[in-house]
Amino acid sequence: FRIMAGKVKWVTDIEKSVLINNFEKRGWIQVAENEDWNFYWMSVQTIRNVFSVETGYRLSDDQIVNHFPNHYELTRKDLMVKNIKRYRKELEKEGSPLAEKDENGKYIYLDFVPVTFMLPADYNLFVEEFRKNPSSTWIMKPCGKAQGKGIFLINKLSQIKKWSRDSKTSSFVSQSSKEAYVISLYINNPLLIGGKKFDLRLYVLVSTYRPLRCYMYKLGFCRFCTVKYTPSTSELDNMFVHLTNVAIQKHGDDYNHIHGGKWTVSNLRLYLESTRGKEVTNKLFDEIHWIIVQSLKAVAPVMNNDKHCFECYGYDIIIDDKLKPWLIEVNASPSLTSSTANDRILKYNLINDTLNIAVPNGEIPDCKWNKSPPKEVLGNYEVLYDEEMAQTDGPDRDLRSRSGQSTGVKGNRARDSGKPVLTTWK
Amino acid sequence: AMLDPDSGLPLTIARIVQRLKGSSLHSQLERQARVSLHKPEIKLESLKEDIKDFLKTSGWEKKLQNAVYSELNVFPSPCHPAAPPEHMKEPLAYMRKAQVGCYQFYCMYLLILLKKEELLSCAFQRPVSEQKELLNKWNEMGTDEPDLSLFRPVYAPKDFLEVLMNLRNPNYENGEQPSFRNHLGLIQVPLKVKDIPELKEDFSELGLNIGQLGIDDSAQVPPEFFENEHVRVGQKVLAEQDSAAAQQYVRQGCPTALRADLWALILNISNQPEDILYYEQLKSNVIQHDLLVDSLIYKDVKLTASNDDYYFVFEDYLYQVLLCFSRDTSVLEHFTYSSATPPKSYIRGKLGMEEYAVFYPPNVNYNSFILSVAPLCFLYHEPSKLYQIFREMYVRFFFRLHSISSHPSGIVSLCLLFETLLQTHLPQLFYHLREIGAQPLRISFKWMVRAFSGYLATDQLLLLWDRILGYNSLEILAVLAAAVFAFRAVNLMEVTSLAAAE
Repeated sequence: FRIMAGKVKWVTDIEKSVLINNFEKRGWIQVAENEDWNFYWMSVQTIRNVFSVETGYRLSDDQIVNHFPNHYELTRKDLMVKNIKRYRKELEKEGSPLAEKDENGKYIYLDFVPVTFMLPADYNLFVEEFRKNPSSTWIMKPCGKAQGKGIFLINKLSQIKKWSRDSKTSSFVSQSSKEAYVISLYINNPLLIGGKKFDLRLYVLVSTYRPLRCYMYKLGFCRFCTVKYTPSTSELDNMFVHLTNVAIQKHGDDYNHIHGGKWTVSNLRLYLESTRGKEVTNKLFDEIHWIIVQSLKAVAPVMNNDKHCFECYGYDIIIDDKLKPWLIEVNASPSLTSSTANDRILKYNLINDTLNIAVPNGEIPDCKWNKSPPKEVLGNYEVLYDEEMAQTDGPDRDLRSRSGQSTGVKGNRARDSGKPVLTTWK
Repeated sequence: AMLDPDSGLPLTIARIVQRLKGSSLHSQLERQARVSLHKPEIKLESLKEDIKDFLKTSGWEKKLQNAVYSELNVFPSPCHPAAPPEHMKEPLAYMRKAQVGCYQFYCMYLLILLKKEELLSCAFQRPVSEQKELLNKWNEMGTDEPDLSLFRPVYAPKDFLEVLMNLRNPNYENGEQPSFRNHLGLIQVPLKVKDIPELKEDFSELGLNIGQLGIDDSAQVPPEFFENEHVRVGQKVLAEQDSAAAQQYVRQGCPTALRADLWALILNISNQPEDILYYEQLKSNVIQHDLLVDSLIYKDVKLTASNDDYYFVFEDYLYQVLLCFSRDTSVLEHFTYSSATPPKSYIRGKLGMEEYAVFYPPNVNYNSFILSVAPLCFLYHEPSKLYQIFREMYVRFFFRLHSISSHPSGIVSLCLLFETLLQTHLPQLFYHLREIGAQPLRISFKWMVRAFSGYLATDQLLLLWDRILGYNSLEILAVLAAAVFAFRAVNLMEVTSLAAAE
């Protein structure tokens, strides 16, 4: 027993091999939830219980968990939008150049979330917006669900009558997260490759929100639809055309189990550089990094920056045909299921690199550490934004970024000093 | 230099003039010259000189230069003027015979295959005279009855390799006792291949002291050392629209953003309105008439590209390109310069009408085709341009991987080059692999026949194809294959079976 005293004791309620293999390869010891543990990889249900007021759970200094207590500020579709809107308004109030608007009243640098309303609460506001452009398509998404469940497209007000009735009835309506929806303007001009729509899944690790320190996993991937894209209204119901979730696509006739409809981000980059040129491709990836950092900054003030926590988010981004990236949503518990052999390798390495950063040296953690891992352990992660470094960043400008994979450090300093020119991002 | 009897010009020049006379560039130049007559700087006294100057400054001379350069790339060296065209295409008699046999058997195989797929039921209902006509048109190349026992259905690369292994030059008697001096490999025809000193000279730009994209532009190397300057030069080459300079430039690799344009410049593809129209005509042909091999194409695309990590995205483009390609008889015209003439046929019911003629490219296995189009989809997303680039790549390079010839870039020579390099420089390894039943060519053949497509990540593959274009030769495939074996030599010395070696 004494020999094992130095080994990390782990628990998980997510039975996935990519996790368990990583724990075992470090020689960590599996224990039960009610025993003394050092590392708990939790599902989002469990984290709710751990940090709920009733249980009064107190984590000790040698315990780490993989979620922030109120991650839903970022990962629930309605709260994410709320926080971003609030963040933008605050910047506008303080006169920050980041909140600059163009002649149409749109934010120049912070317009990265499609126009969104909460239903049923904002139903009337939505109707007003809808009527400005009656031929537009909107996408309805349940706030608390994942994997594309319950999502549908509408192009007529009659299709969401149900939510209008609710708002007109009593003011006290049970707003359980299952019934609340968000409705967003549908991006009906996605960038198509090979005629098909795709989205980007990127992994972002946050070790602390204040100061903000986040890492971007270099090996993200594109998820392609199996059916050719068409904005035709007759196909609005065809989820195989519109929804890129693997959980949806894998039921399609043309789903392929060898590649799973997934492309690496490096393939995307090669394709865009070859067909569109290097400058616009670099600009696109810079913008993607930018919107991720802004989304984190938006929720940082309201996040419970518990020192026992880290979190690996799955960001979903869609690129439109003008090469503008849009933030669709952030997932607190990105799928660790592997749909193909490559997938398994990628997710295994993702967890490996995540653990190397979150649990230094694979030893029993001490939550008082400064959460500043050395460069060598990053693996396939690279620093996306380090607030502490950005503030102390003086002559250290030789952190070059190659091929557009910008680390946010240099550019962010310029941002914080209020000089928001996107080209200085690198 | 040999002179053309009619014009008195050197043979090569006379032939190029002949070729260009019929091209759209010629009519464009004529038009430009005529338009220039209205310009004030053109004076009657010095008409010829002034027009020449005008064409120079307006960039048309450059276009002409590019076209000539393009022709020179494609043209084989002329042989004796009295030699029949067949001999010019392929000087070796036994090779010609092998080609004929291969094609005839291929036609038969195609018929059998299609019948098996129940696709030919209509054809067999044709009146006998029409069937005879159809078969006669397919057997256009000669009356020689080849020994069909030598040939097997050519479908997978390994089957094609079996055919190549059986090639023999009947005039070459190798009666000596087998000794270490003999060639230990699978290819037993005495074609001339280059040795290392010759290769070093020919591929001098790949020397260790010269910058290369893909190596010297990696994240650890400051871009000031090589990358920045190389990109700048590439942009200049494109601005000047100089084919020859482009071909020289890409020997050190293309920057990704410039590659599409550089390749188009080297291949002399400009996507003129008449090119787009031609493509549209092919497309409508596809739509109006189906071909017997269309279903084979569908099947092979499904088997190859649809399962590929990189290329599945472009599945639809591949169908489009290949279906059009099989109806593009302008490709046949190119074959007057190549080593073989593939069979020609006609769309059902349109026998003898040239506009409905189609041809069967010399490879039943469409996988190699598919894999040679697929990487191009990363560069060109406009269907007509993609099509033209592929077609040009095919007639300049890829067809040589699918047909039997003595050409130095032909697959037979590549195989021999690979084996010779390996046997000369890694004799221990070669001998060891041979002993364990793992002849190196059995492993590397499929890499070379597909120009490494499907075996290299796309960004690396494109860097390799940069050099194919730059040196106008496929020899680099054999060198790369040998290099892979050299790289893995230590591990390979320890394996004991072909499977382990693979």
